[in-house]
Amino acid sequence: MEPMNQFSAVALPLPLENVDTDQLIPARFMKEPRKPNGYGAFLLHDMRFDSSGEPLDFMLNRPEAASSEVLVARRNFGAGSSREAAVYALVDHGFRCVIAPSFGDIFASNSVNNGLLPALVSEQDCERLLEAMAEQPATITIDLQNQCISLGEQTVSFDINPTWKLKLLNGWDDIDLTLARTPEIEQFRTNYKNRYPWLG
Amino acid sequence: MAGKTLFDKVWQAHEVCRNDEGQSLLWVDRHLAHEGSFHAFNKLAERDMPVRHPECTIGIADHYVPTNARNLIAVQPKVRSVIEQLVDNTRKHGVELIGLDDPRQGIVHVVGPEQGITQPGLLMVCGDSHTSTHGALGALAFGIGASEVAHVLATQTLWQTKPKRMRITIDGQLAPGVSAKDIALAWISRLGADGARGYAIEYAGSVIRGLSVEARLTLCNLSIEGGGRCGMIAPDEKTIEYVRGRPYAPKGEALAQAEAYWRTLFTDEDAQFDREVALRGEDIAPIVTWGVSPEEALPIDSMVPDPANETSPSKARQIRDSLDYMGLKPGQKLEDVTVDRVFIGSCTNARLEDLRAAASVLRGKNCRVPGIVSPGSTLVKAKAEAEGLDRVFVDAGLEWRESGCSMCVGMNGDLVASGERCASTTNRNFKGRQGPGARTHLMSPAMVAAAALTGHLTDIRALRG
Ligand code: SF4
Repeated sequence: MEPMNQFSAVALPLPLENVDTDQLIPARFMKEPRKPNGYGAFLLHDMRFDSSGEPLDFMLNRPEAASSEVLVARRNFGAGSSREAAVYALVDHGFRCVIAPSFGDIFASNSVNNGLLPALVSEQDCERLLEAMAEQPATITIDLQNQCISLGEQTVSFDINPTWKLKLLNGWDDIDLTLARTPEIEQFRTNYKNRYPWLG
Repeated sequence: MAGKTLFDKVWQAHEVCRNDEGQSLLWVDRHLAHEGSFHAFNKLAERDMPVRHPECTIGIADHYVPTNARNLIAVQPKVRSVIEQLVDNTRKHGVELIGLDDPRQGIVHVVGPEQGITQPGLLMVCGDSHTSTHGALGALAFGIGASEVAHVLATQTLWQTKPKRMRITIDGQLAPGVSAKDIALAWISRLGADGARGYAIEYAGSVIRGLSVEARLTLCNLSIEGGGRCGMIAPDEKTIEYVRGRPYAPKGEALAQAEAYWRTLFTDEDAQFDREVALRGEDIAPIVTWGVSPEEALPIDSMVPDPANETSPSKARQIRDSLDYMGLKPGQKLEDVTVDRVFIGSCTNARLEDLRAAASVLRGKNCRVPGIVSPGSTLVKAKAEAEGLDRVFVDAGLEWRESGCSMCVGMNGDLVASGERCASTTNRNFKGRQGPGARTHLMSPAMVAAAALTGHLTDIRALRG
């Protein structure tokens, strides 16, 4: 995973609540292999296209969307299923950060595991950002180290779990970190088996 | 020293260590893998890594399996490939598989408890958000994403930040016609679909103690729909009785040891919760969802909300958007909403008790609308057939299918057509969940059966009355 720190990019407003994982990637696309084409084309598919596949008037169909790296949405973004494919769809489309006042728990950890920053802002700050965007794409600056977001005149701070911040800043991978602790895990396992012998 | 909650006790028993930022590395007792795990196995393959403890993982085919036959003959090639990848991956890594043609096959969250794989005090994970179900037996169980599944396969552990603790206490008594599904929709509509985000939930109170184990499974299943990290119920004699004798349960001396431990798994009287929520059983009515999030739910005798009555413009817009998708009019009586089909199934409401509840409404009657019934497991199917429930459904005009996730998510091709309205015992009324453009109303099995008979959303209390 690429380390992340400060970056400026085009942000898209998505002023909706409860954008769940079934909307982020409808289930029927999940049998596709991720390689070689990625899942970007499936992102929010049924909001982007009508049933005959014609594009609808939707933010993600605008020309600016092709280069955008940030989404600003309302509460409970990524609620629902644990499908990591929802994150793959965002990442494969080019997104590096989603800003919202709350995230589905599993979605948020899936995001971090794929280098996508789930930036948690207050409801008020989220509305300020959306207002400043006035339903248009806008250039935004994300500073992970200092946990702040700037858009025009507005600067707001965001929250992030400290472990997740460290992982994103360094591009760390959990499996490597954990394997370094193998002796500790084995020691735990021995004690555990003694305490709960019926599980051994 | 302050007492501990049930959740704290189970968490602590699994904590290997903590990192400098306070995250815990947890030992995982059991991992359940369904077809969607192919991403995780691919990640292992990319790194050329083995499964560290193959004996701690069990593969179960459910999401993509056909429900009209137990073979892959008529299955679309891409769907078939996903099912076959589970077979290949489990075989390659020496992981046990409960596959399509296994008599124990079923939805992973039905099979776990049914086989005794789920036990009090275990830490269980699965790449599926409804893993919260298993907490009904006092396990700490939660859904994880594919990267985390790969981590569990590679290390048998998982990094987690400890959630806060919330207790939902329900005292009093449930009225006739009110079920665990209604309890869940009641608290979710009150707190919101993210109301329990960041919390581990414990359900307590006299109503919970009075619930059967199967009803508890339904309640804990829906914890995730309110954003909870997990949902737990302290094991009691009912729980122990339920687990005892199941294929994977401990036996003999080991069982005695296990039972002694299970009886220590309760919340100490002086333990503190970060949030307490209380509901009265008497105040809970049969509930249906009207919108596109489980929080958009109301008692069946209410009307569809009117965005004009909303003071917050964003809330009003949200309601308008939901009504538009659902094809409903503001102020319309919920009971006047007609349905096109019904679905009885899913890890939420397809256990034997659920099928009995639906069948008792349907017995000797004719449905006005078509629908399918997919038992939660092949074993549930066999038991239901032994009781003649299959005949009740078929005679009423519904299709009796094989077990799988089926129309809960439509991955196997069991879909609700665009614009059609489905009364469903499932857990998600998200846009497009049961198929592109499908309109889903969530409710209990008895309420779905009632809607099947009348062709519209129906108050089960009146029908019984
Ligand atoms: S029945 Fe539905 S909710 Fe349950 S595991 Fe299957 S798809 Fe998920």
